[in-house]
Amino acid sequence: MDFGLSPEQHMLQDSVARYAAESAPLERVRRYAEGADDGSEMWSALVDMGVLGAAVPERAGGLGLGLLDAALVQEQLGAGVVPVDHLPHAVVAQALVRTGASDALAKMLAGEVRYALALSHAVQQREGAGVRAQGDGALEGSSLFAQGLRGAERILTADDQGRLWVVRTSDAEIRMHESIDKTRPLGEVRFQSAPAELIDPSGEALGDLVHVARVLLAADTLGAVQHMLDAAVAYSLEREQFGRVIGSFQAVKHLCAEMAAQIEPARSLMWYAAYAFDHLPDEFALCACHAKAHLDEVGRFVARTATEVHGGMGFTDLLGLHYWFKRIGANRQLLGGPELVREDAALLQDW
Amino acid sequence: MDLTYSDEYVDFRDEVRTFIERHRDQAPIGELSRSRARLAWQRLLIEHGYTARTIPKEYGGYGAEPDILRSRIIAEEFSAARVPMGLADQGISMLVPTLLERGTEEQKRRWIGPTIRGEVVWCQGYSEPGSGSDLASLKTRAEVEGDEFVINGQKIWTSTAKEADMMFCLVRTEPDAPKHQGISYVLIPMDSPGIEVRPLVTMTGHAEFNEVFFTDVRIPTSQIVGERGEGWLVANTTLKHERGMLGDPNAAQAHLQQLVDLMREERADGDRLIDNPALRDRLLKLQGTALAMKFNGLRLLTSSARGEDAKIARLAVKLNGCELNHQIAALAIDALGELGLLYRGDERARDGGGWQWQYMFQLGMIIGGGTAQIQKNIISERGLGMPREPKTGG
Repeated sequence: MDFGLSPEQHMLQDSVARYAAESAPLERVRRYAEGADDGSEMWSALVDMGVLGAAVPERAGGLGLGLLDAALVQEQLGAGVVPVDHLPHAVVAQALVRTGASDALAKMLAGEVRYALALSHAVQQREGAGVRAQGDGALEGSSLFAQGLRGAERILTADDQGRLWVVRTSDAEIRMHESIDKTRPLGEVRFQSAPAELIDPSGEALGDLVHVARVLLAADTLGAVQHMLDAAVAYSLEREQFGRVIGSFQAVKHLCAEMAAQIEPARSLMWYAAYAFDHLPDEFALCACHAKAHLDEVGRFVARTATEVHGGMGFTDLLGLHYWFKRIGANRQLLGGPELVREDAALLQDW
Repeated sequence: MDLTYSDEYVDFRDEVRTFIERHRDQAPIGELSRSRARLAWQRLLIEHGYTARTIPKEYGGYGAEPDILRSRIIAEEFSAARVPMGLADQGISMLVPTLLERGTEEQKRRWIGPTIRGEVVWCQGYSEPGSGSDLASLKTRAEVEGDEFVINGQKIWTSTAKEADMMFCLVRTEPDAPKHQGISYVLIPMDSPGIEVRPLVTMTGHAEFNEVFFTDVRIPTSQIVGERGEGWLVANTTLKHERGMLGDPNAAQAHLQQLVDLMREERADGDRLIDNPALRDRLLKLQGTALAMKFNGLRLLTSSARGEDAKIARLAVKLNGCELNHQIAALAIDALGELGLLYRGDERARDGGGWQWQYMFQLGMIIGGGTAQIQKNIISERGLGMPREPKTGG
């Protein structure tokens, strides 16, 4: 009985944090966001670390760890607002593991074939989005908020029966969105009789994949809110007004305490949800919904409050704090905002 | 991370279950007072190591090595079987650990055994009308006359003063010393001449607390724990234990489950309360927070077993837990609508009017045991390393 991270998990966190600091410092994130860096070096460095297969069994070429380890990687990427598509690949990895697509999995883990994840229509249908199969070899329809499209050769998507398909990016029509979070571009994919490979005819994997993605979004937000709190505390200990550092005023201290008091239990919830995927499957879906919805709420509170502690500086582009603010905001909307996800939690409990 | 128990603990759980099955008929169901049956149950639990587990044998305990997992298994099994756990009043959870750390050999031998057996009931004399958050400014005086302290002053928020045999109390013995260094921790018999206990009726309409007045109360100077002027340090040993008790996530889980049951059973205009989307969403939000606190509790258990300090995860328990309990009661009242107004004694009151009582009482808990604002100071200073507010005066 042990509910804490192992020394190896701390090392994993440290090495991803080091990668983030070295390969994706804020200046580089900014260049990426402004379109002056294509992200390929940051991506290769991530692939070289071998962490894409954190939750993939060793016999399938992964590290043989669990979703918690993948979530710890994502947490550190969120802390550094690193513009790499770890999340869609970690989700696709689970799909390929489930469907026994070992060749495809090996190529993905080696960084030879990159994937985008187009599941937003399976969570909520907007603007007529939706994907239907044409026979057993083609897809028709669209998905609005695909992640990881930049540099991807394949798209993992689901049809209206919940079956999983893989489509070549070259067989889809793609339009990139102007979205608020420039560290993870989103786009719309359209299939017109697009040749596609059916990888999960059962339709049973989709639910888990959405929940895996929700846990990873929660982990990303967790990393980002921790960074924002740390930055707020550090700033409050430098900035002086009325002859004192502002961090000595209770008005400021209490804001920081409220953020910290919300973050730590949320961390425990994220850990548990991720752990449940591998060890407590009956509890996984409900805990994943709660982890997503709860971190969405904590995320909104911290993103706003930490910015406020920074005063006018927090509002500037110069400081770059807004990259975290926007990343947290994007995580909240993706794959179901908190109200939608809580309704899923109600259904799961027959409420 | 591994939430399974090793064989040793699986066996221990079986042992606890067997004990409960075998002795269930002796369990004093629903008896909260110190009846003969309750005290006999307490002695049986001590004998088997299901309470006072780590108190050394020579002081009347079971004498086991601390093992937080075994303690948790005991708590889980007793709670699942709905049989009463060992007593956990302020004497047992606050005074006994303090005596073990700071008491003289004679004090340990005299008080620990009778306290854990439930034969001696204690109350806590800390807060005063003028000394709440600034507890160290307390003014109740103890002056030395020969080999006695003579005590004059007043305490407030004394929860079990009427039933208590004894009080562990903070008094000022060195009026000229700086405020933290002039306090002593003393043990006062509640039947001493000069003590008057007055019930303190709260907003709930009940007297959950008391005021205690001291007029020339005399106790032997040997009734001090630690040295004169060291009382603040001695008391901090116990405050740590109190904050652990307030905001207990298992209590919040139980309240939440009661609320879920209410909202699934109760109907308004023919629909279940839980079918109202606004109420359901609030319930789900609270469920998420309660789960976060529950898993946070698991994390604290592991930190404690590993001998690590969980820092903010621990410091946040009182602040978050009390707020959560308050919010759970608030939703129950809102969901009940006008029926939520009914209080104890009304035949239509749901759950005996207990939700209104909870709503008010939990606000008291947010204020008591270190206000929410004091908790935020502690989190920001000890957890985040932010500076203390510059002190003015004293």
